[in-house]
Formats: sequence, structure tokens, C-alpha cells
Amino acid sequence: MGSIVLRQVEKVFGDVTVIPPIDLEIADGEFAVFVGPSGCGKSTLLRLIAGLEDATAGTISIDGRDATDLAPAKRGLSMVFQSYALYPHMSVRSNIAFPLKMAGLAQADIDAKVKAAAETLNLGDYLDRKPKQLSGGQRQRVAIGRAIVREPSAFLFDEPLSNLDAALRVQMRLEISQLHQKLKTTMVYVTHDQVEAMTMADKIVVLNKGRIEQVGSPLELYRRPANRFVAGFIGSPKMNFVGGAIAAAHGAATIGIRPENLAVSRDAGDWLGTIVVAEHLGSDTFLHIATDAAGTLTIRVSGEVPVHHGDRVFVTPDASALHRFDDKGIAIR
Amino acid sequence: MSTQHSRAAARLLVAPSVVLLFLWMIVPLALTVWFSFERFNLLMPATREWIGLTNYRFFLTDPAFFAAILNTLLIVVGVLAITIVGGILLALLLDRPMFGQGIVRLLVIAPFFVMPTVSALVWKNMFMNPVNGLLAWLQKAVGMAPHDWLATTPLFAVIVIVAWQWLPFATLILLTALQSLDEEQREAAELDGAGAIARFRFIVLPHLSRAITVVILIQTIFLLSVFAEILVTTNGGPGTDSTNIAFLVYAQALLQFDVGGASAGGIVAVVLANIVAFFLMRMIGRTLEG
Ligand SMILES: Nc1ncnc2c1ncn2[C@@H]1O[C@H](COP(=O)(O)OP(=O)(O)O)[C@@H](O)[C@H]1O
Ligand SMILES: [Mg+2]
Repeated sequence: MGSIVLRQVEKVFGDVTVIPPIDLEIADGEFAVFVGPSGCGKSTLLRLIAGLEDATAGTISIDGRDATDLAPAKRGLSMVFQSYALYPHMSVRSNIAFPLKMAGLAQADIDAKVKAAAETLNLGDYLDRKPKQLSGGQRQRVAIGRAIVREPSAFLFDEPLSNLDAALRVQMRLEISQLHQKLKTTMVYVTHDQVEAMTMADKIVVLNKGRIEQVGSPLELYRRPANRFVAGFIGSPKMNFVGGAIAAAHGAATIGIRPENLAVSRDAGDWLGTIVVAEHLGSDTFLHIATDAAGTLTIRVSGEVPVHHGDRVFVTPDASALHRFDDKGIAIR
Repeated sequence: MSTQHSRAAARLLVAPSVVLLFLWMIVPLALTVWFSFERFNLLMPATREWIGLTNYRFFLTDPAFFAAILNTLLIVVGVLAITIVGGILLALLLDRPMFGQGIVRLLVIAPFFVMPTVSALVWKNMFMNPVNGLLAWLQKAVGMAPHDWLATTPLFAVIVIVAWQWLPFATLILLTALQSLDEEQREAAELDGAGAIARFRFIVLPHLSRAITVVILIQTIFLLSVFAEILVTTNGGPGTDSTNIAFLVYAQALLQFDVGGASAGGIVAVVLANIVAFFLMRMIGRTLEG
């Protein structure tokens, strides 16, 4: 139904290559997340799929059909924009009904579909309001409602949660995941937030300067990052990188150690250091320790540990959980 | 925010300007009302006397008066129709990226800077003149008899001239409104399957409704009192074919030297303008609220 395949797709604006030729496959029913720092070309890639930008080169097929030169409306995709892009002068009902009206459906069918979408999204009480009279989360739901009534072969989301506050973001994240499980439709989701990517995705596509750094499931990327960029981008707090003699001893230019793979002890260990900051979260404690040998490291300890700013402690990495990178930043396996 | 105290202070502080504005308006109005009840002809200044409603009776029963009301409305409606439809089309064109955009926009706005008398004369002598005019020349070039605009369709000629002057204003306001339309809304509509015409009808036009209202309001105020264009082209004629209220009042006062009658006409014009303003404000209130 909703598979998306990009072959050697390239996008050039003027003389700036935003997307160098890339290949990418998104299977039917998959929840794919494009993640990367701001300005890396995530939106551009999504807009290429949507047809809002023309590919400079390459082919895009949707559903097995070549869609490279197809008009956006003909691709059978729905998009939820970062600004929601609701039609301000129309009621919630008319907003959701708009794509159906454009498709020329009978009024009775339109009403039934709008009602069903409103129920799915808990919008029943707001159908006669204008977008202006809704909260951010409700507007978000209307935008999603407008996307689902068309029963597209895939949904495209461009940073849909970035205008919401933190609590609402967590809730909407959950709702979108549930929606995906219910509809089982392909979703392509763009975000700069790796937590959203990790929590929602079946498949994460990590982008950097338009290039695809790695594609894989969240845990694959977490456990076996292909390079330093992915290793540093995925995971929170960030992976620690140590170079110099310590890395050389492991036969690498740089080694990476995740914060949870470092142990802290008062008595003995590999690297002695001073605690710069201790963040006590209750469930976890994050320690920032300036070690004499390995620079400043971030360490994550489960539960409470009775240490404070200024304490001298030993840090020991878990040798089995090291990530090794060569001088180009590529993982050595 | 507004305690009893601060409200009183606010009233006190705005009082001087309110009083000044009020006097500015009420003194001429009161004098005009006063004159409108007098026999007051500049040719016989000695015979001023109170004659009650006679001036009004003469003015309102004058066949020229009804022609003038109709002409006034036709000018307002005609010019509004041309400038809004034309303004939207021009704004849509100018909104597209094109070569020499800055210069083209400047050219489109230029007519607004030409004085009404000048532009009316240019139209009269260079375009609409049946012998030397460009339009006549074009007609002759395709073998048609030249059309004498000012003699056979004087009101339409005036409407065309005035519309030409106001088109830049409408275009400018509508263009800025068009540019404030969120690009993502347009794209969302495109993805929703709306073609160019549906996008215009359901997304662009509603977005422009406020700007259109503003254009209607501002232009109506000025179009009710079109004068210079009539004076230098048709002089209200032939007969009263292109006489509007403003021109009729002028003709009464300065061609017939009848200050009393002209004042009565002026008061009638004020009443009419207020009726129009009342409906306009209601319409605007509705659009600007939503
Ligand atoms: N229409 C455009 N013209 C020129 N450059 C553009 C255009 N759209 C995007 N870009 C450039 O492409 C790069 C990627 O943009 P974008 O895809 O929006 O990034 P992201 O969504 O990952 O933050 C940016 O450097 C941006 O300046
Ligand atoms: Mg973006």
C-alpha cells in the first residue's frame, strides 16, 4: 500500500546542494523518522516526497508507482505541517472536511468521515470552533484529522510537536504512536529531537548535511552506531568521546562510551576525577566529572548516589561496551 | 486598569483635542444648515431672508437631483467593481516572482501619484478624444467608427478615469494582504487536492476579505465626492448624464450663485453619506471581527 522508495534523489537550490544523491526505502506500514540537526535537509527531503519540491535528479516511487513527476495531490499522501497550516476562516469541521470536499465526495459521506475522525481524535466538542479558539494541542489534532480523513497511503509529519510545551509533546507523541498502531499506515516523521525518534520510530534515518548517516531501528542505532555523528546524536545524555593515548590503546582514533557504561567508585578505578556537577533526578543521577586522564565525562548512575560537587572519585569504563572509531569517524567493528 | 480616577483623568486630557475637532466640524456644519434655510443668492446679497424648507423642496424635486444620486452610486459601485476585480488580478500577477519586479511594481503604483485633474485631462485628450485619441486611433485601425467616449458614454468614461486612478491603491493593499498569506496554508490546500481555482476561492479570497473591506471603505469615502475628474472632462454633461451630487452642489453654488440651494444640497449629501457610512461600518464590523 504505502511503500516509498527514493533512488538517487538529489536536490539543488541555486548552486547549493541541499540533498546529495541518496537512496532510501520505507516499507509499507513502517513508522520512519528522519532525524538530524536543524538545517540538515529533513524538511526538504520530506517535501520532495510530498511533491512540494521537484527533485533535481533521481526517482521517487510511492506504492510501486513512479511518482517523481506527479502533482502533490495525486501522490495519495497527507502532510501535517509544523505550523499546522489550518485554514483560519473555516471551522474545525470544514477544515477536516476540506480534502473530502475537494475530492468531490457526497455531503453524507463527508459528514460520516469527519465524525469518525473527530471521534478518533477527541475533537467532537470543537467541530464548530475556529482554529483560533483552540489550544496548540487541539490545533495539532485538527491538522492530523485533516490528514487522516483522506485515508492516504502514507502520512508525512514535519516537526509536528515543536510548537507544543514539553508535557503536551509527550502526550501527543503517544497519541501519534497509538494512531499509527491503529491505522497501520506508513508514516514519515521529521524531527530534530532524538528522543522523539527513539520513542516513536520503527526505522530511524539519521541525516547530516543532507547525507544519510545511518538507517536502522532505534536500538540498532543505539547499540551499533555506524559513525561518530550517529553515536553522538542518538542517546541522551550524549555519548562520551575520548581520544589520544587511551583510544590508541584500543586501536582507535577515538573511543565512545555511553554514560551508563561508566562506573563510579570512591576507592578504585581507571581514571581519577573531580565531580563538576551532580544532577540528582531521583531515578537517575547524572554526574559530570572532569577526569585527569580522559577529559570531562558524563556518567549516568541508576538511583541515588551520595556524591557531591567537588568530590574526587574514580571512573571505570565497561570494556565490553566501548565504541571504536577510526580517524575519519567511522566505526571499527 | 481603568479605575474611576484614571478614567476621569483620561477624559480631561483628551478633552482639548475632542473640543477642537468638534468645533472644526460643527461650525461649518451649523453655518451650512443655517444658509440652507435662507434665500441667499450671491447675485442679490441684499435679499437674504429666512425661507424655511423651500431650498430643500427645490433641491429634492429637481430632476437633476435623482440623476445625480444615481450617478453618484454608479460611480462608486462601478469604480469599486473595476478596482477590486482588477486589483486582485494585478496583485496575483505581481505576487509571482518575475524579472524586473521592483520596476513593474513601481509602474503599477504610479497612477496614484498623478493629480486627478491631470490624469483626467490626459485621458480626455490623449485617449478618449474621438479625433486624436489613442482609443479612436485603435478603433480606426481595425476599421471601426471611433467612439466618442465623453459625449455618448460620459458616465462610463468618468468611471474608467477614476478607476484608473484608484486601481494602484487597491492593488497595493491587496498585494500586501496576499503576501501575508501563509505559504504552508497554500501548500496544505494543494496537498488536499485543491486546484488553482479552488485554492483561490477557498484559501486566497477569504484571506483577502479584510483587505477588500478596507479598500471598499476607504475608496467609498473618496468616490462619493468625485469632482475634479468630472469638472475637467464632461462638466457634468451632456445634460446631467455625468453629474453627481458633489458636482450638482457645485453647479448650484458657483454656476447659479445660489448659496442657499447649494447648502441644502450639501446637507442632503451629508445625510446620504452618513447612510452609506452606516451600512459600511456594519459590514466592516462583521468582516474585521471574524
Ligand atoms: N527554497 C529554498 N531555497 C534555498 N535554500 C533552501 C530552500 N529551502 C531550504 N533551503 C536550505 O536547505 C537547507 C535544509 O533546509 P531544511 O530542509 O528546511 O532543513 P531542516 O528541516 O532539516 O531544518 C538549509 O540550509 C536551507 O537554507
Ligand atoms: Mg525543517
